[in-house]
Amino acid sequence: MKLKRNTMLLLLPGTVLLILFLFLPLLSILFPTFFNEAFTIGKYVEFFKDSYNLGILWRTFKISMIVTIICVILGVPTAYFMSLTSKRTRSLLLAVTLFPLLTNSVIRSFAWITILGKNGVLNSFLLSLNIIKEPVGLLYSEFAIIIGTVYLFLPILITTVLGVLDNIDGDLIEAAQTLGANYFKSFTKVILPLCIPGILVGSMLVFTGTLTAYTTPQMLGGNKNMMLATMLYQEASALGNWTNAGVIALIMIVVTLLVMQIFNIIANQFDKRGEDENA
Amino acid sequence: MRKKNIWLTLMASIVFIFLIIPLFIVVVTAFGESPSIQFPIKGFSLQWFGEVFKTKSFMRGMKTSLFISIWATVASIIIGVPAAYALARGTVKRRALLKNVFLSPTFVPGIVIGFALFQFLTIKLQMKIITSLFLGHFLISLPYIIRVVGSSLEHFDFSIEEAAWTLGCTKTKSFVKVVLPNISSGIFASFMLAFINSFNNIPVSMFLSGPGVQTLPIALMNHIEYNYDPTVSAMSVMLMLCTILLMWVIEKTLGLATIA
Repeated sequence: MKLKRNTMLLLLPGTVLLILFLFLPLLSILFPTFFNEAFTIGKYVEFFKDSYNLGILWRTFKISMIVTIICVILGVPTAYFMSLTSKRTRSLLLAVTLFPLLTNSVIRSFAWITILGKNGVLNSFLLSLNIIKEPVGLLYSEFAIIIGTVYLFLPILITTVLGVLDNIDGDLIEAAQTLGANYFKSFTKVILPLCIPGILVGSMLVFTGTLTAYTTPQMLGGNKNMMLATMLYQEASALGNWTNAGVIALIMIVVTLLVMQIFNIIANQFDKRGEDENA
Repeated sequence: MRKKNIWLTLMASIVFIFLIIPLFIVVVTAFGESPSIQFPIKGFSLQWFGEVFKTKSFMRGMKTSLFISIWATVASIIIGVPAAYALARGTVKRRALLKNVFLSPTFVPGIVIGFALFQFLTIKLQMKIITSLFLGHFLISLPYIIRVVGSSLEHFDFSIEEAAWTLGCTKTKSFVKVVLPNISSGIFASFMLAFINSFNNIPVSMFLSGPGVQTLPIALMNHIEYNYDPTVSAMSVMLMLCTILLMWVIEKTLGLATIA
């Protein structure tokens, strides 16, 4: 009994701080979105009636989806490749993957401004080859946000999948190859199914990360291509409309939790399937 | 024998080039002579590195960022390690719920945390911006400590601690003498992760900037909006060097794989 009380005491400071400085502030921004003299969901109805808001919500979803798919397509084979290399090459490649991840996202977006801008690297390259006659406006577009966000999150997907691949028993692949599976088949039939949990976790991180991303859409998207996070900042900071910002805040929280829940359900389905097959 | 396929090698090579080229271009542009960003550069000059030190917002931002990130991470270690220990001992009721409470800052988007702290602490309670900024960074650091220290406690054999109790050690003493040394690499890893993440964070700090209070990433972002010049590239190169240094330290002590 004494032990229990002591361990609870260890959790107390953190719990109090989280209540005071996270939950209370959250309640204080969300409360006005539901109460205007009496309880109302009018603010939310208003939000979802406005086609401009719906456009931003849809763009956020669309870009998150595209970014996740691109990251999976590029990241899974790369992680697989890394798992096959020698220890030395592998740690070098891991450093190459982690370096952008640990570099500030302002710098990473800045790099893409340098590449995609009107006088940027890509335009001058294409001009010098006479492929284009005039500079193309690549920056401040959905395309720029997508490429910048893929650049932001690809390392996360690679490292997550690599972590799962490392736990796969090498004998399984050898067995598959001994039994006549070719290279491609042993990948799709043995390795891919085994690393689906890792792909799901990685995808969830990329998807929710893109949903709530601020820096990249701000720097590469411009005012015409707003996403939820940049819209929240604009509403609160430039327009001073704090209630609307609160509405967007709750939508972002709910959507993030929903997406996490959906990915968890899918992951559990796969776990169960694995158990059934073992039984 | 696991075999590598030519297509796989090709695809992975493209991905690694994609990961490196943008940052490589930034590095090169820091050494040009022209006051506008060019690639390839004309001439060679180190003047932009001097400009970094003359740019007041960068210097002040660097100070603020280091101050906030170090203290926020230290605070999250002080609060987080005992909490992770209590959660791992498993004698606590509603462990899963409590763990989720401690991880809750990861479920709330950074920009929302920043907005909520700005509105409630700074506007309503009239707290200083720097206090709110510190608290925001503390909040986002805490989950790293809970996760990483928590997972190294999972590998810890608590019977060793119980042995210390039996041999007459007090609870506190055995925690300091027996448990802490066994999870020290976990604590170090979580410190590095939380520090890097806090130092690089933008969304949380976005609302929590004010006169004299601005983290380096925010200062950098504002600078780019008005002056798109090689000073930014030079600042980036210096930050990348710090990143390489930190990665080297992590590789030598824990191995990079532990933070991947």
